[in-house]
Amino acid sequence: MQAITQRINYLFRSTKGLTLVAIAMIALATAFFGMLSGPLAEFGVRDFVVRTFGLDLVQAQREGRIIILYHSLAMAVVAIATYFITSLLPMKEQEQVRINATITVGYLSAMIFGLSFAYGGHNWILHGLYIFGLSLVFFAGVLLAAALWPWRKEYRIQDPAYARTKSGINLERAAFFAMSASTLISVFFGAIPGAYFGNGFQSFLAEDLIREPYKTPMELAVIGHLHIMLALIAVAIALIVGRWLDFKGGWQKAAMPMMIIGSIVLSLGAWFVVPFERIAHVIIYIGSGFIMLAALFMVIYGWGMLISQRLAEQQIQKASFGQKIAALVHDPLKFGALWQMVFMNFTVSGVGIFMAVKLDEIFRIWPWREERIVLTGHWHILGAIIATIILFYYGDLTGLKGRVRKLYGWGIIIFSDLAFASVTVFEMKRLFVSEADQQSLVNWTMLLGDIGLATVLVVLAALMVWRLVDLFRKNGLWSKELVESESKRS
Amino acid sequence: MKQVLLLLTLLALLVSGCASSAQVTPPASIATGVDPEAWAAVPAGEFLQGPHSTPSSIDYAYEMMVTDVTNAQFTRYLNAALAAGEIQIDGSNIIGFYPGDPFNGVKHEMEIKAGDWLHMVLDDPGLRLNFEGKTFTPMPGYENHPMTNVTWFGAKAYCEYYGWRLPTEMEWEKAARGQYGNAFPWGNEIALNNANYYSSHDIFEKIIGKLGDTTPVGFYNGQTYAGYQTRDSASPYGLYDMAGNVWQWTADIYAGTHYRHMRGGSKADYEYNLRSWTRNSAGPDYYSPNVGFRCAN
Repeated sequence: MQAITQRINYLFRSTKGLTLVAIAMIALATAFFGMLSGPLAEFGVRDFVVRTFGLDLVQAQREGRIIILYHSLAMAVVAIATYFITSLLPMKEQEQVRINATITVGYLSAMIFGLSFAYGGHNWILHGLYIFGLSLVFFAGVLLAAALWPWRKEYRIQDPAYARTKSGINLERAAFFAMSASTLISVFFGAIPGAYFGNGFQSFLAEDLIREPYKTPMELAVIGHLHIMLALIAVAIALIVGRWLDFKGGWQKAAMPMMIIGSIVLSLGAWFVVPFERIAHVIIYIGSGFIMLAALFMVIYGWGMLISQRLAEQQIQKASFGQKIAALVHDPLKFGALWQMVFMNFTVSGVGIFMAVKLDEIFRIWPWREERIVLTGHWHILGAIIATIILFYYGDLTGLKGRVRKLYGWGIIIFSDLAFASVTVFEMKRLFVSEADQQSLVNWTMLLGDIGLATVLVVLAALMVWRLVDLFRKNGLWSKELVESESKRS
Repeated sequence: MKQVLLLLTLLALLVSGCASSAQVTPPASIATGVDPEAWAAVPAGEFLQGPHSTPSSIDYAYEMMVTDVTNAQFTRYLNAALAAGEIQIDGSNIIGFYPGDPFNGVKHEMEIKAGDWLHMVLDDPGLRLNFEGKTFTPMPGYENHPMTNVTWFGAKAYCEYYGWRLPTEMEWEKAARGQYGNAFPWGNEIALNNANYYSSHDIFEKIIGKLGDTTPVGFYNGQTYAGYQTRDSASPYGLYDMAGNVWQWTADIYAGTHYRHMRGGSKADYEYNLRSWTRNSAGPDYYSPNVGFRCAN
């Protein structure tokens, strides 16, 4: 009995355990629901899964199912980000426990009951529990924002290495707070239309509305909501990476005000989509410009830090260019987290900006289904890039070392980027080939994309199996992590 | 390093093995027994429309072609319309007059002015017609395949040449799903041998690849072709190919947008695009090997 209690304590009370559970839930959902589309559907795996598990895939409910699926995954990602924040930023222990407990019950309810409702037939109790879970996640967010309140005296800082106001307000903490508060307000832009449309179960995907010349305020709110939520999760992950790498100095002092302003302005832009659609994009560009610049500063600092730390370890005083590059890429986890932020510009931001600039000249000449592929492709890539950064940080947290750390890190970097690059070429294929000549390019990009994603999933599965096996060992890594967590608390 | 090189080489080999030629290998002619000249009657009355099965009604009876317009039918039209001066050849394009649309100046709206507009491009590799300078003929083997690469202007001109018209979206949807709101013309589930869609493993995918080639109109009628058993996939009113094969242009012109809408999904789309309420859209001058049309009356 004690053995079980200890393991439950580890899995649901320590940051590492909670993160492990959430990653495992996402991995399970991804593996299971990934079998319902793409190549596995083509190979007939979907039909087998549907028959075996008695899934209820009514054609007219596809959009509703997808909405619940990605909300379920998003809630788990938000929970992981929250665990990281509550462990990285100083706050009272009871605040940390309360926030983590609330969001854990919330995301697990949303995920388990939501997916059961969506794919297992419509039992309305399950739907109620799904909404209850989403509400708990929101409530945990309120608790988090309150705990992050940057004006509290005990969280003011004097260290001149970090961004702060004259009165000592920690601007990094303020950036976390701005991100959290903006996220909470942005929730309403999804929740209100969700209640409105969901009440009559008129579910639709935002990408299905893009060419409608006249959109209702509720439809515009959905479009604003999905964009800002993903963007703010990306901001949260960038801030977490900054804390992980102990981002400080001149670059940090320049970046943090930009993160704060960027988060607020970007959110305002997304909210303004409803009443002032015509000017909303300009505001969004300004906000995202600030955030991208702040992220760039973080990458510059981080790469410099990785190089200097490694060279110091090697005791190299005057390094050649090659030695510097070798030092930069020595730790694939820390390098990977920063590299993915750079790579994102080619596959997400770059594509988005190009699309916005050339919308009428290029993308609106294409049939709507092609435009839709670009839209869904580039936000899937953003979601997946965020997931890889979480995996890098978790790999570091869980203490991967030596050859395993290298294999894990480089496996994720190379194969995820192979997949993202292939999907980007697939999305933009009409720039290079006509519809009549596209078969070869489609084959290549789909195959490379599938190989990349499948390999990342195999790496993730290996990590999960290792941690699962470890849980059965009496003095496994989990027990050390539990002791570490308890000693931190005391 | 050696391991990485080996892996990359293997990947390259794997990938190159999957590449396929875009060159057309004409299929053997397949007679489906479905007459492209036939029309189906759709009665006046209520039906369920859209993904949420909203009760709707069309208060008049109408007819729609049982199949998409075929390459053979379209070449007959081209030869007749060119001779009559209804359309012209301009370089490698076929063009014809269109009186223009009302323009509302809405964001992203393109003005469609009165003038000559593109009907089709003669040098597109997806075209299944031959043109010897004077006369159009269908490419052998493709006579009863749906005519593709026709713009909305071209499709409209074809129907109007014979005194018909393009169906509205509402008419198209009712003809496809019948009164009771089926997701697909034949029911609510889709199997590989119900329709021609992406990776549906039909016999033409072996020629071109998973994006496939068009299938002859009426192909999915329950017959077996070269050992390939199809399901009878007619709509409740007896129309074939209302899901898959090629998207079909519809007539509606909506205020504030220049886009024209297509229905039905195509050989290059996953099956959810074949649901009867799913829409696609493009400018009226867009053409594609995945887009065809049929007429209403």
